[in-house]
Amino acid sequence: MTLHDAVPPGRSGPLHRLPTSAAVLALAYWTALGVLATASAQSPPQSVIARDTPSDRGENITVAWQLPPEDTGAGGPVLGYRILRSLSPAGPFEAVGQASPGAARYNDSNVENHRPYYYQVVTLGAGGEVPSMTSGPGIARPQWINTNQWNVFVILLLLLGFNIYFIESIKAGRKPFIRRIAGLEAVAEAVGRATEMGRPILFVPGIQDMNDMQTVAGLTILGHIARTVAEYDSRLVVPTSRALVMTTARETVREAYLAAGRPDSYNENTIYYISDEQFAYVAGVNGYMVRERPATCFYMGAFFAESLILAETGNSIDAIQVAGTAQPAQLPFFVAACDYTLIGEEFFAASAYLSGEPKQLGSIKGQDVGKLLGVVSIVAGVLILTAAAFGHSETLRQVGDFLRNFWSTELAG
Amino acid sequence: MTRRTIPLFITAFVGFVLVIAYFIPHPPFDSLREDFSIFFDIIASVAFILGAGNLIKMHGNRISRREEKWGYSVVTVVGFLAVLVVGLTKLGNPGGFRGSSVTAEGSWFQYAYEYVFRPCSATMFGLLAFYVASASFRAFRAKNLEATILLLVAFIILLGRTFVGAMLTSWIPDSLGFLRIPYLAEKIMTVLNFAGNRAIMIGIALGIVSTSLKVIVGIDRSYLGSD
Repeated sequence: MTLHDAVPPGRSGPLHRLPTSAAVLALAYWTALGVLATASAQSPPQSVIARDTPSDRGENITVAWQLPPEDTGAGGPVLGYRILRSLSPAGPFEAVGQASPGAARYNDSNVENHRPYYYQVVTLGAGGEVPSMTSGPGIARPQWINTNQWNVFVILLLLLGFNIYFIESIKAGRKPFIRRIAGLEAVAEAVGRATEMGRPILFVPGIQDMNDMQTVAGLTILGHIARTVAEYDSRLVVPTSRALVMTTARETVREAYLAAGRPDSYNENTIYYISDEQFAYVAGVNGYMVRERPATCFYMGAFFAESLILAETGNSIDAIQVAGTAQPAQLPFFVAACDYTLIGEEFFAASAYLSGEPKQLGSIKGQDVGKLLGVVSIVAGVLILTAAAFGHSETLRQVGDFLRNFWSTELAG
Repeated sequence: MTRRTIPLFITAFVGFVLVIAYFIPHPPFDSLREDFSIFFDIIASVAFILGAGNLIKMHGNRISRREEKWGYSVVTVVGFLAVLVVGLTKLGNPGGFRGSSVTAEGSWFQYAYEYVFRPCSATMFGLLAFYVASASFRAFRAKNLEATILLLVAFIILLGRTFVGAMLTSWIPDSLGFLRIPYLAEKIMTVLNFAGNRAIMIGIALGIVSTSLKVIVGIDRSYLGSD
């Protein structure tokens, strides 16, 4: 700590112009005045530390301090804290932000990398403003590894490892048990019914674009359905609400027809764009359903309020309906209105299930083991934290917190 | 061969880079996700022209061939072109072409949005109320034990979310407050419903990760039309 560190902001100028002995006397005088003035009001934050915020791109400095004893939170004598910053320990300091009473940390996100900054934290109260000692320098630097996300990395590696293990073991001849998914078993039946009735098959890939994983999962299922449709020589109609989805769906269906040995039956005009607007799209699809009365309707992708409008219209025309989505809020609507619904994980497992390929089936088993790991962690976490609460055990609480944080994507820095 | 290899390579490359970038906060990796998101927006904007072209082509064919109910196609094409021209040329804008935004108060575009588009959207949305009633009627028929439980729970939630629930059970003494319908509805939503919802969410999260890995690694190529 330097002489300047102990001097309140704005008072360093005159001290510089004094000889050393006089400066010491002046310091003692100012300190005594400060103590007298603030003893009855509040004290400054203690142990102020300014350091680079870890695991970030730089441009951030975290200022942390110990709360003064008068800080009892909101409604108490301390009204908050003002954070002052300077490029020099001697000042001048400028206010860069404020923190609420009870807060012991402030993130300054308006700094340049590799530049030293000095901070003071001022206690704000009815009795006045009391600055802390100067702290610093804090220097922001970008980091190469985000250690806050170590748990995500571990989970990713585990899932990848499980997938590879099961893929290899199934390739080696081990027969996996995959439970029957009624909705997917019904695909061939539903396509066959439409063929017999001479009516089209409608596939709705949701209303999101290709950057949504649900749309990608929906289109992978479309590939399998299109192949079955091509084999049955039936008619598939895919209205889309995004131009990119239309283009991708066309490629998917064309390749499926090619794989089925019926490239001549492919008609790209049956995969068309309606509108990006949610309800305009619904109006277009509903109009088609009411006019053409498709015998089978598939809803596979991301859906919102339109899910029930579509499914109920399909129900009113007596179509066999199979839905799959990862939107939890829409699942009850599909369950109520459709014959079969792929719930969450089933929707993502559908492509592997339909393909029957060892590589893909292995990924389903890998996914299942990941889920099992999650279930075991939840049960263990609940038991451990319950035991910690009853036994007042700090160790058990820490173990429980570790398990909870392990599955969280928002670890504390 | 190339038609499949190039998309697979692009998918694998972009996927791996973005997964790695998630763990590296250092420039230039820190902004990759946002950059790719902007790239996607640019591609999607350009693809919108493709969509509009497809719309005109589809409905133009129907009109020229006088297919059944081609009148709807006329409405679609005229509506699309009218809004497009008004939007691009700022026709009817109070401040002229350079004067104000296309959505300025009093502009023709704003009229089209406010008095045509919004009522049409609201009408479609309004249909939902009737569909909820018809779907609920089917779902809540007490055909078996599960459906009966569903009906009972739905009844409690419906009553608990209205003043009727509080009115009917307000006489219950505080010591038996847990029997009051609003309390029961709250607990069903925040405990039972939450638990079920979280189970589904965990499955969905793992499914997304697993599917993403399959697509990135090239195990799942169904989106390219091949197994």
